Amino acid sequence: MSTAALLSTDTIEAHAPSMVSNVLTLAWRELRDSLRARSFLLYSLAFLALGLGVSYVSAAGTGSLGLSGFGRTTAGLINIVLLVVPLMALSTGASAIAGDRERGMLLFLLAQPVSRLEVLLGKYIGLAGALIACVTLGLGACSLVLAWQGGTTEPRTMLWLAGLSILLALSMLSLGMLVSALARKASVAVGTAVFLWLALVFVTDLGIMAGTLALRLPVKTLFVLTLSNPLQAFKMWALHSIDASIDVLGPAGLYAMDTYNDLLPWMFGASMVAWIALPLVATAFFFRMRSPV
Amino acid sequence: MIRIDRLTKIFGKFTAASDISLALNRGESLALWGSNGAGKTTIIRCVLGLLSFKGTITVGGRDVTREGKLARSLIGYVPQELAFYDDLRVWEAITLFARLKGVARVDLDTTLDHVGIPDQGGKRIRELSGGMKQRLALAIALLGDPPLLVLDEVTASLDVCGRAELVALLGRLSGQGRSLLFASHRADEVTSLAQRVLMLENGKVTAEVPVSQFVATLGAGSVLHLHIPAPSRSIAIELLRGHGFAPTLNGVGILVPVPATQKAVPLRLLAEARLSVDDFELLSPRDASLSRENHA
Repeated sequence: MSTAALLSTDTIEAHAPSMVSNVLTLAWRELRDSLRARSFLLYSLAFLALGLGVSYVSAAGTGSLGLSGFGRTTAGLINIVLLVVPLMALSTGASAIAGDRERGMLLFLLAQPVSRLEVLLGKYIGLAGALIACVTLGLGACSLVLAWQGGTTEPRTMLWLAGLSILLALSMLSLGMLVSALARKASVAVGTAVFLWLALVFVTDLGIMAGTLALRLPVKTLFVLTLSNPLQAFKMWALHSIDASIDVLGPAGLYAMDTYNDLLPWMFGASMVAWIALPLVATAFFFRMRSPV
Repeated sequence: MIRIDRLTKIFGKFTAASDISLALNRGESLALWGSNGAGKTTIIRCVLGLLSFKGTITVGGRDVTREGKLARSLIGYVPQELAFYDDLRVWEAITLFARLKGVARVDLDTTLDHVGIPDQGGKRIRELSGGMKQRLALAIALLGDPPLLVLDEVTASLDVCGRAELVALLGRLSGQGRSLLFASHRADEVTSLAQRVLMLENGKVTAEVPVSQFVATLGAGSVLHLHIPAPSRSIAIELLRGHGFAPTLNGVGILVPVPATQKAVPLRLLAEARLSVDDFELLSPRDASLSRENHA
């Protein structure tokens, strides 16, 4: 029988699970896999150990007030979060898509009745859940140590710090997944993620400092540049929340306090939310455009 | 079940599939046959909606580009080699894919029994052999009882025994009213499983034939390699040329392209002319080409 003779336009009844059902199924699997992964365990242990160390040493110290009038424990924890959480979230996100693509798993998954958006959201939510668990566990343990040592950091402050840390983790996860969607190989994706981490943690600060000196940047530009780095937005928001002041950050901090005072939390929040949403939207675009193999 | 209309897929400067049209009815079995790079896998990935392409493809009347999820709900797909999280246990993989396919309840024992891997539910995927992984992939493909199975060179990574067992299993499954679209470059698989064969070469359809004609069509491209003593070779070449063949010198003998129904004719002609033939073999055009290159 020829092809022409076989043409049929009959539509067969078809049912596929809802988007919510597929996203939750994939998120749950991703969460379980992440929590089982050795790399994730190592990051969690490192975060826990550093956080506990800072809490113990700070609580055992002479006082609760540090160099600039805010809790030294919280300031120490902010620095730990700034170092560990972005690295953990970036590398986790970076291996999420590229690794599956390289091993052929993405092809098999997308050959099922699931859409690419469902796969992406499932991965994001699952990985976000694992990161949230890690941050909550780490900061929760620190709170217990502080309480045991009679430290002065209030639970409310720790909860707020945990919330901000989670926002930071989500923004870095979005960025990591964007890298993953663009990279051809998992090794390239993870390498790029580590480079981004270095750039955001160290290079950006140094670059702004050098730029300010060399180009004599106006203080407003300096503030905007600082705000555009999600790590700096996190730091400024955390310090502002704890101390109602960011003058420790120098001229940019003073300018921000003078000019935007009440608007600052909204500006920090907008920066963080933008860093969560924009890379995720870009990831969805590139993930849709690129072949799963 | 499947309708492909003028499918073209280009990767950069490479045309993987060019103006392909085909149709597959319910319960029918169609083989995509061709060598590596012929375009078989590309067609399958387009049917699954995994690649962007020019043209239209519908599965069960659903456009794979616009209604990809619904179209894929009608398909059970088995890849060349199952690639999935190796740490997952077999029952976990089955449960996961059952959920993704909207299958409310799965009887694990029956599912695994059906594909010949009973009592393997507790094993991790990495502990399974290649053949068992393929059976697991088949079990996953059969979840929800889809009306169409799409198989992409499923026996390519298996040994001879594993291949024979899987082909026998697929033969039993395809006889249950399911449509089957599969890619293969093995003639024995095609003749065992297919009712029709779409023959592909360099991304183009070269023929679409019932399987009964497939073997004959396949033979059309054979090349007879005749081992003839050196003094007789030029005489043999002239003789064969005189009877419409196009022989060429090659190492220890001559190569003669032969149609499917005339494979023995050169041997008969040489015997009648009392020209001795020490040995002979039938080569595929590709092997013959390699043989010519080696000789050159």
